[in-house]
Amino acid sequence: MSAPATHHVTRLLIDNKAFLALALLVAVSAGMSDNFLTLDNTLNVLRQTSINAIIAMGVTFVILTAGIDLSVGAVLALTGAFAASMTASGLAPWLSVPGTVAAGAALGAISGLFVAYGRVQAFIVTLVAMTILRGAALVFTDGRPIAIGASEAADTFWLLGGGYWFGVPIPIYLMFFVFVLCWSVLHHTRFGRHVYAVGGGEKVARLSGINVNRIKISVYAISGACAALAGVVLTARLGSAQPTAGTGYELDAIAAVVIGGTSLMGGRGRIFGTLIGALVIGVLNNALNIMGVSSYYQMIAKGAVILLAVLIDSRSQSSS
Amino acid sequence: MAANNAPLMELRGIDKAFAGVKVLEEVDLSLHANRVQALAGENGAGKSTLMKILTGVYRADAGSITLRGDKVRFTTPRQAMDAGIAIIHQELNLIPTLSAGENIFLGREPRTRLGTVDWPRLYRDSSTLLERLQQRIDPRTPVSRLSIGQQQMVEIARALSLDAEIIVMDEPTDSLTDIETDILEQVIATLRDAGKSLVLITHRLAEIFRMCDDVAVLRDGKLIHQGPTAEMNEDMLIRQMVGRELADRYPYEPPTPGDTLIEVADLVAPGVEGVSFHARAGEVLGFGGLMGAGRTEMAQALCGDVGVISGQVRLRGREVRFTSPRQALRAGLVYVPEDRKQAGLLLDHPVGENMSLTALPAFCGPLGIIRHGQENAAIRHYIDAFSIKLSDPRQHTETLSGGNQQKVSLAKALMCQPDIVILDEPTRGVDVGAKREIYLLINQLKRDGKCVLLISSEMSELLGLSDRIMVLAGGRITGEFTRDEATQEKIMTAAAHVDAPQEISAR
Ligand SMILES: Nc1ncnc2c1ncn2[C@@H]1O[C@H](COP(=O)(O)OP(=O)(O)OP(=O)(O)O)[C@@H](O)[C@H]1O
Ligand SMILES: [Mg+2]
Repeated sequence: MSAPATHHVTRLLIDNKAFLALALLVAVSAGMSDNFLTLDNTLNVLRQTSINAIIAMGVTFVILTAGIDLSVGAVLALTGAFAASMTASGLAPWLSVPGTVAAGAALGAISGLFVAYGRVQAFIVTLVAMTILRGAALVFTDGRPIAIGASEAADTFWLLGGGYWFGVPIPIYLMFFVFVLCWSVLHHTRFGRHVYAVGGGEKVARLSGINVNRIKISVYAISGACAALAGVVLTARLGSAQPTAGTGYELDAIAAVVIGGTSLMGGRGRIFGTLIGALVIGVLNNALNIMGVSSYYQMIAKGAVILLAVLIDSRSQSSS
Repeated sequence: MAANNAPLMELRGIDKAFAGVKVLEEVDLSLHANRVQALAGENGAGKSTLMKILTGVYRADAGSITLRGDKVRFTTPRQAMDAGIAIIHQELNLIPTLSAGENIFLGREPRTRLGTVDWPRLYRDSSTLLERLQQRIDPRTPVSRLSIGQQQMVEIARALSLDAEIIVMDEPTDSLTDIETDILEQVIATLRDAGKSLVLITHRLAEIFRMCDDVAVLRDGKLIHQGPTAEMNEDMLIRQMVGRELADRYPYEPPTPGDTLIEVADLVAPGVEGVSFHARAGEVLGFGGLMGAGRTEMAQALCGDVGVISGQVRLRGREVRFTSPRQALRAGLVYVPEDRKQAGLLLDHPVGENMSLTALPAFCGPLGIIRHGQENAAIRHYIDAFSIKLSDPRQHTETLSGGNQQKVSLAKALMCQPDIVILDEPTRGVDVGAKREIYLLINQLKRDGKCVLLISSEMSELLGLSDRIMVLAGGRITGEFTRDEATQEKIMTAAAHVDAPQEISAR
């Protein structure tokens, strides 16, 4: 094959490597278990993936600006508790859910303020935020689960996690709704362009008239909002908010973003990749479950997949 | 001296394509010891690509390379380096957080007997090298604190430190002022006389005739000519490069000055010690001076990138004090930075997105939704208007040739329809034909009633385009000339006004 043609093929593979990984995983899983490629299990995987996917899409914004958000799991726990207690007090979901998401956005924005104006590294800021918010979640819940109770409000709220519409779980709709929203914002609005520009080079962005600080605060707010929405879904599904909910979720989210091909150096990546990345992790978990692999080995397998994704990414960067 | 001895290095029938697009076609080139070889050609002609093949950065699709009679095939830059070939790349390759000395010896640090880095020796040797280039730079200074010109000198020092047989310099004079260029000229002559073979790429044609023994011309990836410079003149060279006659290198148009758009009084900012001037609509005000004279610093203060310490800036008579470039842009003042790579463009982003970045609000509807149709139309318009050579606006900017990148940077600034345009070295790395296009564009801006502040270290450009010229030295204005008064000598005298040369100290 001629040089340009091979170049083209490798380019294509590189651009869609997350997709390829997903296809490969699905094919292997389907080959190893008859129970995998059923409609029920497919919906199951999608539903299980939805929480991580929603969080990861928010985190994508942060990573695109060359930042990182380690606080999403803690934000999920605290805002989930907010949602549960609001619902328990009889507040209808059409009030409590936006309220929860707004609270998540506000919590994220606080981290963003420190990153933007405090000029503290995102890693440190969000690590601190994670610690503080975990503590806050324990204080708020007094260390005990908060049940959403049994009321009309609670029944409606529960649908967000456990309900179906045309046979498809509601969380899946929410995941696709968030995806379409994020995709539109990133690729079709000025704000999205600015996010990429800030990650591509802050100095250039500044000289181009972009309010870099505002963009930074916004991306952390978006990340917080997504984490809060995920908190709503999780709380609704379980019927209660757990004070330690979402532990380790930040790592799954970052893994999904990275598998999806978004560069941790900022400026490059796509939200579609993140969605696929989340599905890769979801399918992997599900397939290993079906095959009866112990959860200890599951962690090792997940780590291996992430490592592979990062390796391919760094290789494709140096070869281009 | 004739090149009668066998060539030191020979390239034969070199082909190279990127993603199916042919960039080099059957190029032959021979390099001789004791000679300085110029490589000329328009932006995107393939000069840098050819040199990257020579130094193992890229591999040729076809053709052979022989070094001292033996066939070689470099697969990494390191192999070329070990074979005695050094290159100074067009884009600076320094690590900003490391010191000048660390950069010079990066990967080749002198060691003590214990195997640790011999710091005193590293800095002593770096000092020696920098002194050879007549640079008063403390080698302990982090590179990020140096001006681009000084960074270029550090790059040159690094190449010298290799003590290579063949030294390739890809547009080294690009970021140097005339004085620094003279220094480089002496260094090149010394190296040549010491038996080295040098390759010099430059868009400043006078340099080819001053510094080089032979000249090779590339056009659209093909070698058009190779021979001694003595048998050529500038007009012939231009004709070879662009394939046609080029009338009137500096197409000047008399101004029709309008209202005063910008007035600056006693501006003090980091690196600027009190500058006053005014400029009118429809006028090109040139700024001359040496490297480090404070011209870029002045521009940065005017556009709100760095804080003003004291003094007044009035736009259309209204006093302004910008704290961010965003405010300046809104007030109609745009700054096109000299440092394209760090400040001007997002190199790993698509060309189109770079071009429309500053002007994006103009293409947005409610909720900031981009009207892609309008945006793409504007991008296409500027690609045509500036004749930017590319295959696709979605192409990453770093894959464009240096000159085309510069045009993208200009298009990016002009797309937001500013009133006042500060151009900082706008033709850096731009070929003769494209330079003229940029000059015509500046004339167009003038005709449209814009006010152009032109910072340029290329004397002929400054003299050829400016209606008035201000000269800065040590952050102060040391000369002001009308177009008729200005001469090269007067500007040089004013530029050298401050007797203590600018020195950077590490602290
Ligand atoms: N990595 C790359 N991928 C794709 N195209 C490339 C790449 N590098 C160079 N090109 C293309 O090859 C052509 C030649 O580029 P090159 O940088 O060699 O030009 P040049 O003669 O050095 O120009 P300049 O004077 O502007 O520096 C250009 O059209 C450029 O867009
Ligand atoms: Mg070049």
